[in-house]
Amino acid sequence: MKYLLLIYSSPATWNALSQQERDRVAREHAELDAELIATGELLASEALADPSRSSAVRVRDGVAVHTDGPYAEVKEHLAGFYLVDCDTPERAREIAARIPDARICGAEVRPVMECAGMEM
Amino acid sequence: MTAASIEGLLRELAPRVLGTLLRRHGDLPATEDAVQEALLAAALGWPDGGVPRDPKAWLVTAATRRLYDQWRSDAARRRREQAAAERVAAPAEPVPSRDDTLDLLFLCCHPALTEQSRIALTLRAVGGLSTAQIARAFLVPEDTMTRRISRAKQRIAAEGATFGALSGGERTARLAAVLHVLYLIFNEGYTATAGTELHRAELTAEAIRLAREVHRLLPGDGEAAGLLALMLLTDARTPARTTPAGDLVPLAEQDRTRWRGAELREGLDLIARTLPHSLVGAYQVQAAIAAVHAEAARADDTDWAQIAELYRLLGQLDPGPMVTLNRAVAVAMVDGPAAGLDLLSTVDIEGGLAGHHRVAAVRAHLLELSGDHAEAGRWYAEAARRTTSAPEQRYLRARADRCQEAPNQVTDSASSVGRGGAGSRSR
Repeated sequence: MKYLLLIYSSPATWNALSQQERDRVAREHAELDAELIATGELLASEALADPSRSSAVRVRDGVAVHTDGPYAEVKEHLAGFYLVDCDTPERAREIAARIPDARICGAEVRPVMECAGMEM
Repeated sequence: MTAASIEGLLRELAPRVLGTLLRRHGDLPATEDAVQEALLAAALGWPDGGVPRDPKAWLVTAATRRLYDQWRSDAARRRREQAAAERVAAPAEPVPSRDDTLDLLFLCCHPALTEQSRIALTLRAVGGLSTAQIARAFLVPEDTMTRRISRAKQRIAAEGATFGALSGGERTARLAAVLHVLYLIFNEGYTATAGTELHRAELTAEAIRLAREVHRLLPGDGEAAGLLALMLLTDARTPARTTPAGDLVPLAEQDRTRWRGAELREGLDLIARTLPHSLVGAYQVQAAIAAVHAEAARADDTDWAQIAELYRLLGQLDPGPMVTLNRAVAVAMVDGPAAGLDLLSTVDIEGGLAGHHRVAAVRAHLLELSGDHAEAGRWYAEAARRTTSAPEQRYLRARADRCQEAPNQVTDSASSVGRGGAGSRSR
């Protein structure tokens, strides 16, 4: 099963961290990355740029309209993700708990839809 | 020999060559790489140069040479190479004719490995599929699959597992693990719908081929025979189980003339021969259930009483909420939807499946049978929300829409039953 582990963060909590703490978060991400690459569970992981760099795109009557800034104003925004492929939902939650941001803000485990299915 | 028949020959010989090398040298990570290189050399060279007189001996020699090359280039292994070279000092050692496929399967399904690692290693080391093929079939990047396989090999090496040295009890447990892995490989391929069909068909074909091998090597094992029969009887439905657009067609609505006759006959024959002579097990009972479906020319002819009884037996052999769920459907077909819904309420109590989309889907189906379309529609919609399968979701949403359009008729007459589903059988 594939899971998208979403990392939520807010500028307020992130900025309140000391440089030392931020370095530790970066180090732990690197360690988790290396470990999941070695187990063959990691499909992708990226950090996202600040929400102020976003463009919201809406197509109306065939015309695309771009607006600078995030899709929705929220206190905690999407700051990064891990896409993993593992045996069980328990394992996915275990990996999510290893994401350092999970102890600072939070992470969310979302199962990815499959293209396989069983007739009933 | 054509390239295709050479590929078939190589796939068949791969586990035997690897088994021979493992028996002599151990060291799964290195021997597996060496065998893959030898197979590649054969696949490239034999179509033009011709197949050697003793292809297995050729492959063993080629792989052994590559193994030594590998060891030689690895300074840390110098001493080991020497010891190994001394052990095989006699150059003309004959290649043993024993079949190591089973021991190799046992090694690949080592308990220290995760399920996905067992699957990957089995397909690579025993099935002879390339890492790229396995990665495509499981829709992951090739690099990820490479890591998974090499990690699995290292793990086995680190566990100090020795090839072919299992006690009787260990063999029994390991055989169960092997059959489970083959079952998972089969399901991975079978449940695929449009888009990736070609790659997934490799998985069902490979699972059936390996189940055939296990059955050939252990003809007296009822569960090995049961699993092969179950795969054949299930795989036979493939042409009828999806529409050209990739939508799922429920069993009751499938065009049974499109089921593959040869596979059905082989599966029916195998399970009929197996059941009277062996300890009954979960795969045999599941094959027997598939056989009852296969014997019904039309969905309406299905012997649901026998299916209900077989699910009761399966519940004793391998208890679990999923079995109760399936039994509830069969019971509803025999004693009416109310009896099925009663049984279903025990599934919720058993837990484990609380909130699972299959519980909601079965509840919806039984409510639909009873004529309560409004409530059925709500449960179909709930099941659609909960599934993580896109084709199942499409099917359940369509079902929900249909129920919500249909007038409510809480009666017991067959006319109230929606077209299709297991409910097309009148009561």
